[in-house]
Parts: sequence; C-alpha cells; structure tokens
Amino acid sequence: MDFQLMIDSIPQLLEGAWMTVKLVALALALGICLAIPLALARVSKNPFLWMPVYGFIFVFRGTPLLVQIFIVYYGLGQSEAVRESIFWPFFKEAYWCAIFTFTLNTSAYTAEILRGAIQAVPHGEVEAARALGMPRLLMLRRVVVPRAFRLALPAYGNEIILMLKGSALASTITLLDLTGVARVIVARTFAPYELFIMAAIMYLALTLLIVRALKYAEWRLSPHLRPPRHSK
Amino acid sequence: MIELHGYGPLLLDGAWLTVRVAFASVAVGLVFGLIGATAKLSNNRVARGAATAYTAIVRGIPELLLLLIVFYGGSLLVQQIWLGLGGESYVEIKPFVAGTFTLAFVFGAYATEVFRGAILSVPKGQVEAAYAMGMGRFQMFRRVMLPQVWRFALPGLGNLWLVLLKDTSLISVVNLNELMYNSRSAAGATREPFTFFVAAAIIYLGFTIISMIVLQYSERRARRGVRQS
Repeated sequence: MDFQLMIDSIPQLLEGAWMTVKLVALALALGICLAIPLALARVSKNPFLWMPVYGFIFVFRGTPLLVQIFIVYYGLGQSEAVRESIFWPFFKEAYWCAIFTFTLNTSAYTAEILRGAIQAVPHGEVEAARALGMPRLLMLRRVVVPRAFRLALPAYGNEIILMLKGSALASTITLLDLTGVARVIVARTFAPYELFIMAAIMYLALTLLIVRALKYAEWRLSPHLRPPRHSK
Repeated sequence: MIELHGYGPLLLDGAWLTVRVAFASVAVGLVFGLIGATAKLSNNRVARGAATAYTAIVRGIPELLLLLIVFYGGSLLVQQIWLGLGGESYVEIKPFVAGTFTLAFVFGAYATEVFRGAILSVPKGQVEAAYAMGMGRFQMFRRVMLPQVWRFALPGLGNLWLVLLKDTSLISVVNLNELMYNSRSAAGATREPFTFFVAAAIIYLGFTIISMIVLQYSERRARRGVRQS
C-alpha cells in the first residue's frame, strides 16, 4: 500500500466526489418533479393516462442503466434529426446526457414508490377531505401528497442510495465523477488498490451522510409518533 | 424491424453469456446470502459484526467500483501471490470470474437481509413442535424451515435477481464479451450505436419479462396449500 499516493490523490478525488454529488442532487431534484405527475397518472383510472406511464416505468426499470446512458450519449447522435435539432448542444455534452438519463431512470423508480405510497394513504383521510368539501387538487396538495411523501420516505431513501451508486456509470461516458477520477489516476499510476479503496471510502461516507439525513427527515416528519417530551 | 447488418448472432452469443454469468452469480450469491444470514442471526458477536459490515459495505459502494476493485485489485493480488510462490509468467483474473464474484458478493449482501427476514418469519412454535416430534436438526431444517423460508424469501430474491440481471451489463466495462460488450462492438463497426443499444435494451427487457413470468409461477407454487386471505 502506497499511503503517500492515497493522501496525494485526495484533492482530485474530492473534485470527483463533488461532480458525483452534483449529478445525483440534480437528477434527484428533477426526477422527483417528474415522478409526482407520473405517479398521479399511474393511479388514474383513465387508460390513456396510466398505460403509457406504466410502459415508461416498465421499460426504465426493466433495462440496465448502462444501456440507457449509452443510448442517450452514443445513440441519439446517430439520427440526423437529433443532430440538427435545437437539442443537439444539450445531448452533445456527456454531463447533460448523464443528468437526462439519471433523471428519467430515477423518476421511473420514484413514481413506482410514490404509487405504492399514494395507494397506502388511509381511505378515511381521503373521505374526510371530501366530506369537508375540498376540491380534488386541494385534497391532493394538502392530504394525499404530503401523506404519501411520509409513507414513501424509507423506500425513497433506498432509491437515493441506489442513485448514488448508479451515478458511478457516468464514468463510462467520459465524465470525471468520483469513479471516473479514480479510474483516470489508476490508468496513470497503476495503483488500483489505493485509488479504488479511497474512492470506496468516499462513497461509504456519502452513503452514511444520506442515511443520517434520512433518519433526521423521518424524525421531523413524524411528530405524531414521537413520545411526548415531558412524559414520566 | 431493426436492421442488424448480420450482427444478430453476435448479440445472441452475448446474450447467452449474460444468462450464464447471471446464473453463476446467483448460485454463488445464494450461498453468500445464507452464510450472511446465519452469521447475522448467530449468537457470536464477531460473526454478527462481520455480517453487518459486509451488508453495509455493499450497500454503500457502487457495483461498478466493486467490480473494478475485484478485477484490477484482485489481478494484482493474484499476480503478487504467484510471484511470491516463485511463478514467473503473467497471471490475471478472468473477467468472467471477477464479474461472477462481484455480482455474487453484491447479491449475497442483499440476500442476507432477505433470508434473515424469512428465517425470522417462521413461527418458533413450529420449530419446537418439530423437535418435540423427535425430528433431528437436519430433518427439522429440511421439512419445516426450508419450505417456509423459501416461500417467504422468494419475492425478495426475485427482485434481487432482476437487479442482478441488469448489473451483468457492468461486466462489459472489464471486457467480458457479454450482450452489452458485443452490442458496443457492433455499434462501433456499423456506426449505428442507437440501433444496437436499443436492440440490447429489448433483449434485456425480454429477459426481465421472462424472469417475471417464471417468478410469478414459482411464487404461486411455493404458496400452494397456504390459505389465502
């Protein structure tokens, strides 16, 4: 083990880690914005709404993320129409391709999680909202969605960690994320243990941070389940 | 239909290797999972700690990075041991072996949790009843535990299998000529990446659909004789 090399590589690896954090945070934020309407469409009774969404979710959950990212980064350029469209500057960049793919991928998984959570919202609460005369949208906003978020949180936490792990695939399309930086330095120094283990430790640290944040979020979002503060 | 310019057989060859690597990984992975669950439920603190570390490490490190560690790091380790033993030639781990080991390692960690839950779901009274009837440890395990652990664990293991199937594509990064690697070769040769990656996606989707059908059937079979609510 070359400990000096391990220490020397930390600044570069941290730059990679920053890239990983950016990719994951942006994809998750965009992904959840997309997942909420998808989940609502998925539980709709209108076949023109739920069937295409079901297909989208099925395709993205049934194929490897690696294939998806390759179709977007290498594949889309094959079509003349894409290369001449206004989207080309966007799809030419590996960074935006990764964001685009990760967003769609995580939104498919998240929509499925939210669907389960929406269906788990107690029926009585929905009825109570209706009995109070809430219009549909207000009920969704005030009762169903916040309730579903709390119910979905543990499963969504898993999805965040899976997205963090999946983001390592950005290194296959030339991006210098944490894995990418480690691979570049390994190719130069041929010290696989040192670099990959340092990268692994950084991923573990990120995971730990996410798990902690989730525990806190779960605690914050369930005040009704906490024991009273002044009980004897 | 998609025009594959005669590269169809190459994709099918790759698909066949994907299937083999997936089955090899799941076979080894189930063993890892059973060992992990046994360790996690044991009274030995060291065994419990080791199993907890195992699952935490796999949960937090990307599969791709684990694969790179096993392939490059493992090759270097084998090489050093080989030189230490007086060997002279260059040795390395085959991508198939590195890939199978990595995927099995990952599968085993998640399966540890699945098995642990399934073992805990078997009512304790039934185990006591089996002993009271005079069954031996092995007979009790085979007749009482195993059929029920199987039934409880199957849905979880099914999900893990679907994840594993997709993760086989990662092994193309260390040059195993499975489905993903071969579609990359074909994409490079024909300059039609979209065609071949979509073809690969369709094959993976086909595997997923077949797996889901088989899993549904097996779950129904494992539930036979159980009263449904």
